[in-house]
Amino acid sequence: MCGIAGLLLKNEDLQPLLGKLMVPMLDHLTSRGPDSAGIAIYDRDLEPGELKYSLSAPAELDWDSLEPPLAEELGTEVRLERRGRQAVCVTTASNDEMKHALGNVAPGVRLFGYGRALELYKDVGSPLEVCGAYGIANRSGYAAIGHTRMATESAVTTEHSHPFAGGCDISLVHNGSFSNYASIRRDLAAEGVECDTDNDSEVAARYIAREMAGGGDLKDALYGVMRTFDGFFTLLVAAEDSIAVVRDASACKPLVVAETPEYVAVASEYVALTDLPGIEEARVFEPQPEEIFTW
Amino acid sequence: MVTATVVELSCGELSVSEVNAALRGLPDGAQVRITEPRGRHNLSVGLSNKLSISIEGNAGYFIGGLCDGPDVVVDGFVGWSVGENLMSGSGRVRGNASECAAASAHGGIVVVEGDASSRAGISLKGSTLAVAGDVGHMSGFMAQAGTILIGGDAGSALGDSLYEAVIYVAGKIASLGSDARLEEISSDDVEEVRRILQAARFDHVSAEDVKRVASAKQLYNFDALKDQKY
Repeated sequence: MCGIAGLLLKNEDLQPLLGKLMVPMLDHLTSRGPDSAGIAIYDRDLEPGELKYSLSAPAELDWDSLEPPLAEELGTEVRLERRGRQAVCVTTASNDEMKHALGNVAPGVRLFGYGRALELYKDVGSPLEVCGAYGIANRSGYAAIGHTRMATESAVTTEHSHPFAGGCDISLVHNGSFSNYASIRRDLAAEGVECDTDNDSEVAARYIAREMAGGGDLKDALYGVMRTFDGFFTLLVAAEDSIAVVRDASACKPLVVAETPEYVAVASEYVALTDLPGIEEARVFEPQPEEIFTW
Repeated sequence: MVTATVVELSCGELSVSEVNAALRGLPDGAQVRITEPRGRHNLSVGLSNKLSISIEGNAGYFIGGLCDGPDVVVDGFVGWSVGENLMSGSGRVRGNASECAAASAHGGIVVVEGDASSRAGISLKGSTLAVAGDVGHMSGFMAQAGTILIGGDAGSALGDSLYEAVIYVAGKIASLGSDARLEEISSDDVEEVRRILQAARFDHVSAEDVKRVASAKQLYNFDALKDQKY
């Protein structure tokens, strides 16, 4: 199974409530995915030139002690803000510089994603446990995508949880399973695009980021996914300035969209949308197979 | 004269299990309003008493499924598999239904006043499914017995691998599935469509103007020599 949910808040007055609106959406989808949960939050709260890096430590880590060596290794200022077992690191360093520096000063720390707006939290446990541990309900932002996982293709671990970040500000959640992802992963690796895990969905996230780095938009990238990937999928993908959904040709995995002047909300099941303000007046529909929607 | 009282069960106060337990305890003939369904799954499931149930709002998956008796009306839209495995009684959805409407239903009638999504009437086993609007792809897949009436258009691969069920379509058919074929309609077909239109209370379909889709029965027997090269 797996559950997916996303929210794009067009009304700025709702943006401080992003986390508060997302938590019940994910909670409603617990039965679809009790193994692990995660959320990608999009919030533009940085100074120009800064990036934020979502970092995760495998065990207890004294994040404060990491700040000085990381700053020294990067040769620039860093701000580390701890959230649960993760931390968000704000700096002007590039992704390559950050990966290199982490390898030198904190090889156990994993980089879940980065961007100008993206913060990515995920862990093993129910949606309410994970959202509670990372303080999701208090988070603001203009968009979020989340996932509740019932694992089929790879292990139940924090790293195998969704969302997966494919590149700068690009994140993906997936309900379904791909069958030809190993060969696509090899093709990507031959071009220098590496995956961090053996998870099928991560390959799609990396593929989309590669397509967009090549100049395409989210819609182009999803056309590419339909051409290239074999399997069952309902995908929800976010970039810095848009979110998109697509279902495979047989539409085996569900998706419901609710649109109002205030927001666009998507979820595996309508029940996940029922706590949203003004849902009674929303235009509610299901995307057709292979019909790409972007907002 | 005795005025029937209407039992009200609020999903705002009761869990789905509590709602279904309360429904099971009601006598035949009882009228029930289920309020604030808010997309809940499995409402009015597994009932064998003859109730008249009104679900007042949008509901989730498997509404009215596994029932043998009650008449369930949803004043809203529903998720997947409304009326799944229905034995007798009826289900009526005033809005749209998502995938697999009336899946494996054996008896009774499932009516969708809006559109139904893909795989409507999948594996139908004797029930009647009437959809006023359109249905999605793979509708009627492997339907074994019973009748599907589509008041609007049908999506691709209609009636794939049909057995003995018959599909009537008033609108356009995107494509037929494997072993499904169009057949001439007979006076018996017109009679059958009239019966369904009346039961469904549809007035936008002319019984004489439907297409009949049934099995060509070419998949019934395995031909060991077919496509043999050696």
